[in-house]
Amino acid sequence: MLYFIEQCLNGVQLGMLLFLLAAGLTLIFGIMDLVNLAHGSLYMIGAYFAATFAALTGSFVAGAVMALLATLVVGIAVEVIAMRRLYGRDHLDHVLGTFGLILFFNELVRLIWGPAGMTLPLPSQMLTAVEVLPGVYYPLYRLVIILSTLIVALLLYLLVMRTRIGMLIRAGASNREMVAALGINIKLLFTLVFGLGAVLAGFAGMMQAPILTVQIGMGENILIVAFVVIIIGGIGSIRGAFVAAIIVGLIDTVGRAFLPDLLRMFLSNNAASSAGPALSSMLIYMLMAAILVVRPEGLFSASSR
Amino acid sequence: MKAQFRPRDVVVAVVLAGMALLPLHAALTGNSFLMSLCTRIIILAMAAVSLNLIMGFGGMVSFGHAAYLGIGGYVVGILAKEGVDSGFLQWPLALAASALFALAVGSLSLRTRGVYFIMITLAFTQMLYYVAIGLDRYGGDDGMTIYRRSQFGGLLDLSNRTAFFYLCLALLLLTTCLIWRIVNSRFGMVIRGARSNERRMRAIGFPTYRYKLVCFVIAGTLCGLAGVLLANHTDFINPAMMHWTRSGDLIVMAVLGGMGTVLGPVLGALALLVLEEVLSGVTEYWQIIIGPIFLLVVLFARGGIDGLLGRIRA
Repeated sequence: MLYFIEQCLNGVQLGMLLFLLAAGLTLIFGIMDLVNLAHGSLYMIGAYFAATFAALTGSFVAGAVMALLATLVVGIAVEVIAMRRLYGRDHLDHVLGTFGLILFFNELVRLIWGPAGMTLPLPSQMLTAVEVLPGVYYPLYRLVIILSTLIVALLLYLLVMRTRIGMLIRAGASNREMVAALGINIKLLFTLVFGLGAVLAGFAGMMQAPILTVQIGMGENILIVAFVVIIIGGIGSIRGAFVAAIIVGLIDTVGRAFLPDLLRMFLSNNAASSAGPALSSMLIYMLMAAILVVRPEGLFSASSR
Repeated sequence: MKAQFRPRDVVVAVVLAGMALLPLHAALTGNSFLMSLCTRIIILAMAAVSLNLIMGFGGMVSFGHAAYLGIGGYVVGILAKEGVDSGFLQWPLALAASALFALAVGSLSLRTRGVYFIMITLAFTQMLYYVAIGLDRYGGDDGMTIYRRSQFGGLLDLSNRTAFFYLCLALLLLTTCLIWRIVNSRFGMVIRGARSNERRMRAIGFPTYRYKLVCFVIAGTLCGLAGVLLANHTDFINPAMMHWTRSGDLIVMAVLGGMGTVLGPVLGALALLVLEEVLSGVTEYWQIIIGPIFLLVVLFARGGIDGLLGRIRA
């Protein structure tokens, strides 16, 4: 039972990271109608920057702040140089162009940081475990991830729903031409939104860096899971992304932890331990398939809101 | 239209004729590298041609087409490992498995369109990729060597490189012919109609969902055949066969060659693989060059090689 609670917390933590990525993707898609496969590259770059700057300054927090700023700069540069030219093209062009960008960034990272991964050591005060429930100890840093991501989610909600910029973002999502016709600098707005997405992705990469190794290609695997989140949650809906991210995070983590044991109740030990990993990695995709059968446009699609 | 002179056809004819002569070159020089590279090009061209059927003609942008390469390969590999090496069993089973997976993915993903379709096909292929990693008995992450190529009794010996090369070439020609026939049939017209205006096609009474699904299954099955050939060519299967970058490569081939042309992807596969070969000879970090090239192709050469050839004529 204690193990179950711990796995659930891990699931929530994965879900929060997925949310950061999915929110950026869905914002960019909802407003610029842009499919950005290179979003995972920004996640990777955020992690690399964090590891580098933390090593340089010797401080985790200073490294984190610098990494966020640097990722923002990279994101804006990518928007100005490449993405801007892709708006209004069809989705296939986006896929191809950003696929090229992924290859470029992966290789660039290999060129700069070398093929071996990096690690981002945590400050010593983060290494302790906290008693979250009587008898349940949970690593402090993972709690920090959950809490800080919740705060970011809340800030994002306030930004989108309560500020003038957010109003423009929402207006841009529902009718771009009209917003431009009303004299809003839509070009600047797009750059800002892309930068925001980049920072969210960089933040996710940075927070994840101490738990996983920082390595090339780390962005793509999680990006595809973020796609699953968006499909389940409904494109363009941040609320949907939030709910779906937590569902996917929980199912994936808990499935991986318990499915092999569950299978052992029905199958022979041998068959269960070989089928377990394969089956548990399929779970979220099966969930996606099930959602597609019931609600092809996702749980909270922007159009049926 | 048909009688027109099209530079593309001439180029493709020259390329194919040149390829057909390669075994002669290999026999004369004793260097079979070019022939091996071209076998690979031909096999991937087959996959790209099949992708183009749904993407170029049907407007269904599948970012998961490498799944069928993997399925074709894994069926051959798994059967070989379990002692079944008859091609008469392996090949139909591989095609059937590809068709089944395409049916399952297609029936789900065709309920949606546009960007959803791209993401869903990508996600399902990623699922298959992880399943392959989980198959410990069949090599897991590392993959597995196939010790015996598919056996066709005394009919055909796949271990003979020249024979295998000509088999692949012949199958590529057959595939392109088949797709040409499909595209120009009534069925193909419905598919192309659904691409330009699906609502109208439905309004005049075509159940476009069913048409597109059949088209999706045909493309998946043909790509499964390419997977069978690929496994036999490399004598090896691993999850990387269906890595998402492979799906991306197939899209690049189709777009590079010229979407919505039957033979374009053949040129695209040739161009991409030769480019990769040349660039990786120049620098270890060749992807840093090829990535921006993709972006430039998207921005400035939308019609691909086919479009460029068209411009030469004009």
